Amino acid sequence: MSSDDIRKDSHDALRRKLLLGMAALPAAAMMPRLAFAQAPATAAINTTGLAVTDSTVKVGILHSVTGTMSISETGSVEAEKLAIQQINEMGGVLGRKIEFIQEDGASDWPTFAEKSRKLLVNDKVAAVFGCWTSASRKAVLPVFEQYNGMLYYPTFYEGLEQSKNVIYTGQEATQQILAGLDWVFKEKGAKSFYLIGSDYIWPRTSNKIARKHIEKNGFKVAGEEYFPLGHTQFNSVINKIKLTKPDVIYAIVVGGSNVAFYKQLKAAGIDLKKQTLMTISVTEDEMLGIGGENIAGAYACMKYFQSLDNPNNKAFVEAFKKMWGADSVIGDVTQAAYLGPWLWKLTVEKAGSFDIDKVAAASPGIEFKGAPEGYVRIHENHHLWSKTRIGLAKADGQFDVIHETAELMEPDPFPKGYQ
Amino acid sequence: MTRSFLTGTRGELLGVGVLALLVLLVLPLSLDVFRLNLVGKYLTYAFVAVGLVLCWGSAGILSLGQGIFFGLGGYCMAMFLKLEASNPEATKIQSTPGIPDFMDWNQLTSLPWFWEPFHSLTFSLAAVVLVPSALAFVIGVAMFKRRVGGVYFAIITQAIAAILTILIVGQQGYTGGINGITDLRTLKGWDIRTDEAKLVLYFVNAALLLGCILLCLAVRRSKLGRILVALRDKEDRVRFSGYDVANFKTFVFCLAAALAGVGGAMFTLQVGFMSPSFVGIVPSIELVIYCAVGGRLSLLGAVYGTLLVNWAKTSFSESFPELWLFAMGALFIGVVMAFPNGLAGLFQTHVVPRLDRLRGRGLPPVPGPTRMAAE
Repeated sequence: MSSDDIRKDSHDALRRKLLLGMAALPAAAMMPRLAFAQAPATAAINTTGLAVTDSTVKVGILHSVTGTMSISETGSVEAEKLAIQQINEMGGVLGRKIEFIQEDGASDWPTFAEKSRKLLVNDKVAAVFGCWTSASRKAVLPVFEQYNGMLYYPTFYEGLEQSKNVIYTGQEATQQILAGLDWVFKEKGAKSFYLIGSDYIWPRTSNKIARKHIEKNGFKVAGEEYFPLGHTQFNSVINKIKLTKPDVIYAIVVGGSNVAFYKQLKAAGIDLKKQTLMTISVTEDEMLGIGGENIAGAYACMKYFQSLDNPNNKAFVEAFKKMWGADSVIGDVTQAAYLGPWLWKLTVEKAGSFDIDKVAAASPGIEFKGAPEGYVRIHENHHLWSKTRIGLAKADGQFDVIHETAELMEPDPFPKGYQ
Repeated sequence: MTRSFLTGTRGELLGVGVLALLVLLVLPLSLDVFRLNLVGKYLTYAFVAVGLVLCWGSAGILSLGQGIFFGLGGYCMAMFLKLEASNPEATKIQSTPGIPDFMDWNQLTSLPWFWEPFHSLTFSLAAVVLVPSALAFVIGVAMFKRRVGGVYFAIITQAIAAILTILIVGQQGYTGGINGITDLRTLKGWDIRTDEAKLVLYFVNAALLLGCILLCLAVRRSKLGRILVALRDKEDRVRFSGYDVANFKTFVFCLAAALAGVGGAMFTLQVGFMSPSFVGIVPSIELVIYCAVGGRLSLLGAVYGTLLVNWAKTSFSESFPELWLFAMGALFIGVVMAFPNGLAGLFQTHVVPRLDRLRGRGLPPVPGPTRMAAE
C-alpha cells in the first residue's frame, strides 16, 4: 500500500498553490529567507537516522485489516489516513510531507510484534499510529522501548501502563468509569449494580475499579460475571439479573458477543427504557452489529460520540464521510485514532525535531484545540486529559449526548485505592 | 522410482549438509539482523513441521493439535524468563512486588505453587521437553490403546487445542490470559533483546534444528522407523505380527511433541513473548499446512515448506496489507492441486532426474544402496 492517493491530492493542491504562487511571484521573491526558515535543515531535526528527507517524513500505520479485529480497527486506519491527508494539505510537518507505510497486524499479536520491528528497524519511521487490543499493545511495547520508537495508541484501555514510547490517545479506565458511575448514583439513584464482562484484562480491571467505586460510595454489587470472548449464551446471567433486580446492569461485553447479549436481554423482556444499563464497550461501531432497536435506551460512557454538537466535530464528520463514504460510522476509538497524527505533528513542531527522545520529552502539555471531542491536552503520564460523556443509545444507531463532565478528567493509569 | 545418488542415507545426509550450509552460512551472510531474526522465528515452526513429518508422514497419525505442544514448550520457557524479569526491583510499583505484573493486576498476592519451580533454569529447560511429551503420552495412551485413530484422533487433538486455549485465556491471573506472558528481558542476566543475542539465538536455534533432523533421520532409518511405515500402510498386519501398535504410535507422538516443545521455547527466546494465539486450532492447522507444502514425507521438505510459507506470508502482507490472505490461499490451493507431495515431491520428480543425468555423464552409474528408503 502506498500513499498514492494522498500524493495525488497533494499534487493537485501543490499545483493550485503554484498557480497562486505565480500571481504572488513578486511578493514571494522578496522573502526567500522566510520560505527557507519554514523548512529547517534535515540534519538539524533528525539526528538519529529516522526516515526523514528534505521533503518527506515516513510514519507507520499498524492495525489489523484482516482477521477478527479488522471490523474494529478499520475505522482507526481510516481516521489516521484522513488526519495525515489533512496535515499534508496544510503543508505537512516541519515542511515535510507525511508518507505512510501501512502494515497489517492480522489480528495476531506476534504479527504485530514482527511488523512493528519491521517499521522501526527497516523503515525507520518517525512515529507509528496503531494497535487496538491490549494484547497487541503488550506485544509491541518491548519492541518500541528497545528500538526507541513512538506509538500513538487509540483505544480506551485498562490502564496499569505508562511508557516513554507510547502516547495513549484513548481513555484509561478511571476516565471512562468514575464519572459515569457518579452520574448514575446521582441521576438514577442507583444503589445496586450487576457487573458483566468478557473475560480478559480490560473488562476485569475496569470492573475492579467500578466495584471499588461503588462500594466506596456505600452501594452494593449484586453480582459479577465473566464470559469468554465470542460467548453467545447469556440466558443464565439474564435470569440471575431478573432474580436480583439490580438498579443498574454494568456491561463490558466485547465484540461479537454484544449482539447476542443485547438481543437476549430484549427477548427476555428486559426493557432498557425501564432497566438502567450502562456500558463502556459499545460505540457507534458496535451498534451497527447489535442493531439500534435492540439496545435503544442503554447508556454508554465514552469521551466521544459522532453526534457531538461542536464545529470541530461537524467538520471532522463531514471530511470523514467525504473520504470514506456517506455510510461511515465514527466511534470513540476512531476519533481517538484521528488525534494521533495531529498530536504528533504538534509535538514535533514544538520540539523542533523528529528525534524520538525530543518528541517524548515535548509531549506533556501539548494541546490540540481542533479535536473533534473538543480541547485535549497530553498529561505528564502520556495519557490525554479528556471529558467523560454519557450517551443515550437510539434506535437509529446514534447516541444522544445527555451529559458531559464540566472539567477535563485527569488520566490516572495507576489509580491509588482502586487496585 | 529409479535409484538415484540423491536417495538413501548418503542422499539424506547430503540434503542436511545443504540445509546446514543455507541456514548457517548463506542466510546469515545475506540478511540483516531483522530479517535473520524472522528466519529464526520461522525455523522454530520447522521443529513442529519436522515432528509432523515423523508423526503424520511416516506413521500416519495426523495431529491437528501440535500448537498445544509448541505452546507448552514456549510457556515453560516464558515462565522462567518472566520470573527473572519480575525481580522485586523491577516491579516495585506493584501492590505485591516480585511477582509477574499480570498476577498483580489480577489481585494475586503470592506466586502460585506451579510457578515456583520455574525459578530454576535447569528445571525449566527440562520442562520444555518433558511437559509436552508427558501430555502427549497421556493423550497417546488414552487414544491409541483404545485404537482411536485417523480422523477421530485429528478431531480430538483439535478439541484439546481449543480447551487449552480457553483454559489459558480464562485463568489470566495464573497464565497472563489472552495477552500472554510478555516483556521478557534476560536469560540468567544475558539480555535476549539485543542484536548480538538475536544472532547467537539464531545459530543455537539452527543448530538445534539440524540436530533434531538428524535424530529424526536416525529414527526413520531404524527398525522402529520401518515399523512406523508398516503400521501407517497396514496397521492390522503389524498388529497380527505381534507388535503392540499403540506403544509405537505413542512413542512417535511424544517425540513429535518434544520437538514442538523445543521449537516453542526457541520461539519465546527469539520473539520475546508467548501467548495463547500459538496454542489454538488455527496455528495448529497452519503448522500442518507448512508440513503439507513442504511434502509430508520429507523431513527436509518440511523445513523448506515452513520457510517458504512464512516468507510468503511476510512479504505478501508487507506488499498488500489488505489482500495478502487471498495470495496465501492461492498458494495453498496451488500447491495442493498441482503438487500433492509438496516441494519434496517436486524435487524428486523434476530436479533429481536432471541431477542424475548431469552426474551420469561424468561417472558410470553406481548401483544404488539396496536398503529401502523410508519413502
